[in-house]
Amino acid sequence: MSTGIFDIIGPNMIGPSSSHTAGALRIAYLAGRLIHGGAKRVEFTLYGSFAHTYRGHGTDRALLAGVMGFAPDDLRIRDSHRIAEERGLQYSFHIDTATQTPHPNTVGITLWGADGVPVHVTGVSVGGGSVRLRELDGVEIDLSGDYDTIVVKQHDKPGVVAFITRTLSESGVNIAFMRLYRENRGKLAYTIVEADQAIHRETVRTIFEHPDIVAARRITPREESER
Amino acid sequence: MNNNTTTAAELLALVREQNSTLPEVMLRRERELNETPPELVYEKLRVAYGIMRQAVEDSLREPGRTMGGLIGGEAIKLQKHREAGKNLCGETVSRAICYAMGVLEVSASMGLIVAAPTAGASGVLPGVLIALQQQYDLPDEKMLDALLVASAVGVVVAENSGISGAAGGCQAEVGTASAMAAAAAVYLMDGSAEQCFAAAGLAIQNLLGLVCDPIAGLVEAPCQARNAAGASNALVSAELVLAGVPEVIPFDEVVEAAREVGHALPESLRETALGGIAATPTARRLAEKTGCGGCHGCG
Repeated sequence: MSTGIFDIIGPNMIGPSSSHTAGALRIAYLAGRLIHGGAKRVEFTLYGSFAHTYRGHGTDRALLAGVMGFAPDDLRIRDSHRIAEERGLQYSFHIDTATQTPHPNTVGITLWGADGVPVHVTGVSVGGGSVRLRELDGVEIDLSGDYDTIVVKQHDKPGVVAFITRTLSESGVNIAFMRLYRENRGKLAYTIVEADQAIHRETVRTIFEHPDIVAARRITPREESER
Repeated sequence: MNNNTTTAAELLALVREQNSTLPEVMLRRERELNETPPELVYEKLRVAYGIMRQAVEDSLREPGRTMGGLIGGEAIKLQKHREAGKNLCGETVSRAICYAMGVLEVSASMGLIVAAPTAGASGVLPGVLIALQQQYDLPDEKMLDALLVASAVGVVVAENSGISGAAGGCQAEVGTASAMAAAAAVYLMDGSAEQCFAAAGLAIQNLLGLVCDPIAGLVEAPCQARNAAGASNALVSAELVLAGVPEVIPFDEVVEAAREVGHALPESLRETALGGIAATPTARRLAEKTGCGGCHGCG
């Protein structure tokens, strides 16, 4: 993708660091969107440079803000601890300086929604505010959050992936990238589709109603606040 | 003609062939690239410039309470110094360095800034632009076009070298910001598109090899003062070009040289807080106090 004007004059963000503040927020934002109805409880584990310098970069505040769905330029990021408490979001931070991670800016996030089933993701902040989710419930994935995305958890059976792509195309969504990840053959799998158009709530519901689909969550890219 | 251009030579050719200006070429390029119409580009630029101005104002109202506590209150000190008539630099440079320091202070205090091109170099462009607007009483519309000129320079560097301190050192961050600001300054003084890139090239040459060595891994010191240096260097570079000092090396070649120099920098001098100023005994003591022992890859 070619560099545009607002890759240079932007992003508009809360400082001090695009990787340790804005990037951390984006990882947690993506993680938070995977929980139906929003997270009730969240545990963060900070690795590498995140573990060493999180306090001075406001990484902890940014992570909490991201789970709550704030944009990278939202001044409430500063007060996210207090806001989380007001909203009844339980949270804890764990600092792990011993574990070596492939990327220095890595965070593990476990989230619990109203159903009490934990979801675990690992995210890395790769620079300039760009991020990748690398792991979802033990399965290696690759998700940037730069596109409108749907994350589907399904039984690994014939026809399920075809159903997902058919439903998307029937709703006028053009697929930019699609990847399939499996835990074990014939057991659970994840389909991650990144699309050129917004994926509507109804489309996600149609996909979710298929008997072999366990969960379907859409993620819209989180950019700047309206001002 | 393809508007998805990534070198200064190509952009300048478009300016000549289409008999237009650098801002116009950037607007056409953006429409082709991201389907963004010019009205929306200007709307977003107005928001960005508003954020820059607000950050400067905030820094002059009260001292920033920064996360690491290594900096805070510098913009107010510089403002008072200038208002007392004690400034060594002239009015424009004096204002530019004050505002550049101020924006970094706001950023380090978890305030709202525009990463232009990065958070660590976010003071340079607002410092130069706002100082020039005040000194020459320039209309806001012209400032937005100056941002487009700055973005042209940033795009060429990002595409052909890089703008991250982790990859290319501070020359990639403050160096690029300084080049962007130099081009914007030339534009605001009614220089040609060629002169804009000539000033940008000089700005990068003057900061070539600048290392990234943040104390305690925090974007505070020496980052803040380097933003001031980047702002003044932008004005120096613009003045040289506007006075007729010839461009010896074309911008695209300067960017290629910056890329090579960036790669030649050891990892300890690329944002890891393991070398340079970050490795001094005093910096190590400060790092212990802020809870960072020095490690790989922050910024």
